[in-house]
Amino acid sequence: MAEFTLPKNSRVQKGKTHHAPAGVKNIRRFEIYRWDPETGDNPRIDVYELDAEHCGAMVLDAIIKIKNEVDSTLTFRRSCREGVCGSCAMNIDGKNTLACTKAIDSLPDTIRIFPLPHAQVVKDLVPDLNHLFAQYASIKPWIETQTPPPADSERLQSREDRAKLDGLYDCILCFCCSTSCPSYWWNSERYLGPAVLLQAYRWINDSRDENTGQRLDELEDPFKLYRCHTIMNCTDTCPKSLNPAKAIAEIKKLLLQRQEG
Amino acid sequence: MNAPHPRPLSPHLQVYRLPLTAVLSITHRITGVLLSAGLLSVVCLLSALAAGPEAYASAQAIAGSGGMRFLSWAFIYALFFHLCHGIRHLIWDAGQGFEAGTLNRYAWIELTASVLLTLAVFVLSSRDSL
Repeated sequence: MAEFTLPKNSRVQKGKTHHAPAGVKNIRRFEIYRWDPETGDNPRIDVYELDAEHCGAMVLDAIIKIKNEVDSTLTFRRSCREGVCGSCAMNIDGKNTLACTKAIDSLPDTIRIFPLPHAQVVKDLVPDLNHLFAQYASIKPWIETQTPPPADSERLQSREDRAKLDGLYDCILCFCCSTSCPSYWWNSERYLGPAVLLQAYRWINDSRDENTGQRLDELEDPFKLYRCHTIMNCTDTCPKSLNPAKAIAEIKKLLLQRQEG
Repeated sequence: MNAPHPRPLSPHLQVYRLPLTAVLSITHRITGVLLSAGLLSVVCLLSALAAGPEAYASAQAIAGSGGMRFLSWAFIYALFFHLCHGIRHLIWDAGQGFEAGTLNRYAWIELTASVLLTLAVFVLSSRDSL
């Protein structure tokens, strides 16, 4: 059953304010979710005022500046700083996105940052993604074949068949979409969620894969697939402009066509 | 080392800025539930009709009150909203209408259509009573 409120230990409290040094004219205010596993106190919102004139353009630049210059205890994941690794996914100004590709100037004066929604928090902005990666492994994200490989050659694919993977293979598994989906919030134990279903479709749609039937069998389930109610938060929030909702609809169509056939 | 503290659940509905499509989706579900409840009063009206003129006259008196009139217009609007969003679900089930840039446009078309259909019923019904 859906729990619309937060459990007692998860309610967010007011935290510390780190004021900008005197004389700074162009101040940007960041309100950031903090949780320290060492103390076990309730999560809190700390406020950081930054000198916008001496800060990079993206939200990730700002939180790195906070960690380097203001508060070294602030914890978050980041790696590539150019939108290809998916590490710095977080909820910025009410929407899930990558901190490294979100421009500070596109946001209001006060920028509120939370970890990806409805996740177990490891520390500060770091959510536990183990369950999501276990679900990803469950759809067997690798090629499965019945026939022996051609002698002295790779399994080839036409240009047209390769084009069918565009918009699917590009997913960086940041899980912005899955953690934006209310249906996934209430049913993550059994519903696979948009990111994993997009990847399921990526392998169903691969001309070289020979286990399509079995892949569809495994998805034909009231929870794994059909908890998608086209709420469309996934497609709305994807920082790579991919379309998980459409991929899910294509899987539903294939299951229906198979019944008719 | 001490036992680890239980991890908190990160905020979800409390912080997420729901896009229009999500608001329409939950409205679709709420109107569905309300329409089922509204059908019960339609059943009451029909059984009053079957029970004879006196029973129907008292049912009519209740239905004519300001509160019930408002509720019946809310029922009619809910019906049209549910219909319009239902048609959108049909289009989605056919694998169409998923382009991110068009989502909001179709959401507004759907909302406008449900208001226009309700207005059409209002105009038609007030013409009949003249």
